Amino acid sequence: MSPNEPFVFLGCLELNELLPNEAHDARELLDQLGKVPVESIFCHTSAALLHRPVLAEAYPNDFSLWVGTEVRDVRLAERLAGIDPFHAGSMERVREELIATISDHLQHLGTAPPRSQGKRFRFFQLHLVPVPTGHQARTLAEFRDALAEVDVSALFYHTIEARYRAGRGRGDFAEWIAGALGQAELADRLAHIDPHAGSLERIRDRHLSVLSDAIAEGAS
Amino acid sequence: MAQGSLLKLDDYRQVAPRGVIDFLMRIGERLRGKRLVHVSASRYGGSVVEVLNRVVPILNDLGVETTWEITIGGADFDQVGRAVVKALAGTEQVITETMLARLRETSAENARRLNLEADLVMVHDAAPLCLVEQRAAAGRWVWRCHHDLSTAQPQLWSTLRPVVQRYDAAVFSLARFAAPLSIPRFIVYPSIDPLSERNREMTRAEQAGQMDRLRVPRDKPILLQVGPFERQHDPLGVINAYRLVKKHHDVRLVLAGPPPAPGGDVLSDVQEAAGQDPDVSVIVLPPDPQLELNALERSATIAIQKPLKADFTIEVAAAMWKGKPVIGTIAGGIPFQMVVNVTGYTVETVEGAAFRVRQLLSNPEMIGRMGAAGREHVRRNFLVTRHLSDYLALLAHLTR
Repeated sequence: MSPNEPFVFLGCLELNELLPNEAHDARELLDQLGKVPVESIFCHTSAALLHRPVLAEAYPNDFSLWVGTEVRDVRLAERLAGIDPFHAGSMERVREELIATISDHLQHLGTAPPRSQGKRFRFFQLHLVPVPTGHQARTLAEFRDALAEVDVSALFYHTIEARYRAGRGRGDFAEWIAGALGQAELADRLAHIDPHAGSLERIRDRHLSVLSDAIAEGAS
Repeated sequence: MAQGSLLKLDDYRQVAPRGVIDFLMRIGERLRGKRLVHVSASRYGGSVVEVLNRVVPILNDLGVETTWEITIGGADFDQVGRAVVKALAGTEQVITETMLARLRETSAENARRLNLEADLVMVHDAAPLCLVEQRAAAGRWVWRCHHDLSTAQPQLWSTLRPVVQRYDAAVFSLARFAAPLSIPRFIVYPSIDPLSERNREMTRAEQAGQMDRLRVPRDKPILLQVGPFERQHDPLGVINAYRLVKKHHDVRLVLAGPPPAPGGDVLSDVQEAAGQDPDVSVIVLPPDPQLELNALERSATIAIQKPLKADFTIEVAAAMWKGKPVIGTIAGGIPFQMVVNVTGYTVETVEGAAFRVRQLLSNPEMIGRMGAAGREHVRRNFLVTRHLSDYLALLAHLTR
């Protein structure tokens, strides 16, 4: 990111493709986790944010949600909820952690794993089509104002998709603010907003709060 | 506000989540010049038609050249089409080789007559399904199945499955409705139009006028179920739940549905069960009852959806849009529209439905909180603007 390069906000269209892979219990989930494309792991972990309501008690990924509410194995659900794509580094690493966690749980279970009481787990894959939102920014104030207005999919594209699937450093916002505006400390603060703590609107609010504080302190 | 077909995308700015309308316009710019053709068997009635009525002009506004073609045929073609739809949705039908041959012949005639040259052809439901057998080499074809295929009549499905697999992709309303196929399967939820007569804002006077016409007093909390008078929608179960509630709370029950199809309905049983209770209203709705349903849902305190088997049941989102908590079963698409314990409750029994109604009536602050959460949930996930975005995503993805 070179100095004075504007930040161009991209939103994304999403399309959910249903894969043939399914699971009725934790053992089948383990088996399928080793087979599905890594995009499916992304779809059920980081991308679960796309549709998450603001719900403090909700499990943070689809695997823990299903194990908790359908299989009703709370111990496993809690352990799966603890797997944090924010710190894992890559989706393949997230897959490894999911597999290791379920394997360990099954090893210590001693009996056959319980079957789903309701829905089976169906694996999906997410297709994203990036589209410019028409918003761009050259200054921090312009950046904050645009961020307040853009379609919420732009938050997903520049923080989650950039960071966890496309491997674009700490996410596009932090990279631009450090690179184009030269504000390393502010970039660091944005990069440390945990995107898995709530809905995309909550992530937007947290970004806006950090940016407004920085502007009030004199950053530009 | 503009009404009916005069509505423009910009009118949705007041109800859609922030940023969505501008984003749709940008997507339109990117896809400008692409041609999309929808094909269905009818231009009248049903939620599919309601959505197409709104989506087609807006897509054209956005620069995506969109047309909507209708297949036509004789009375026998319509009859076969209806039977095939029912059989694929799991109701046993007698469908002979001759009937299927008629379906194919009429589809071939329609394929010659209709202009199906497009970047994407989206064929809705089963009656026009066989059009794909005449597809040209250019363009991509998608089958949009609006029904639950999970219990399709096996013999018929084994005949039609190879036909479906001539499409480039299939689109279902829910993963649980999808059948195994060798082509990509996408999931697109149905939606409601927040500016339609069914869902638009209504003044209190207009609402009161409609309720007076329907002869429903507004002197007590109203429990409402909207749905066909059929056993699988369990109106008698709802009456039993109401009776359990009535021991503790002075409420009214309204059961509203379209006139029942000939044979096999439970309307007379429902009327008999309700007959002695002046607080139960059984309303057989007139044709196209958009305003009536709007007023009923706005006047209700709690919406109930207690089918034993169901399709997507977009009525849940329609009630949530009007700020009502929903108590529903786990059938069809009902639990997928709710955030359980936040926008309403899922239940499996008459007793469970009664318990949840009592819980809400005893804690009226929960009714307001759940209703508000439900409206926001629908705003983000079940408005026609989201549906537009999904269709544009399909167009962009399949024609890239």
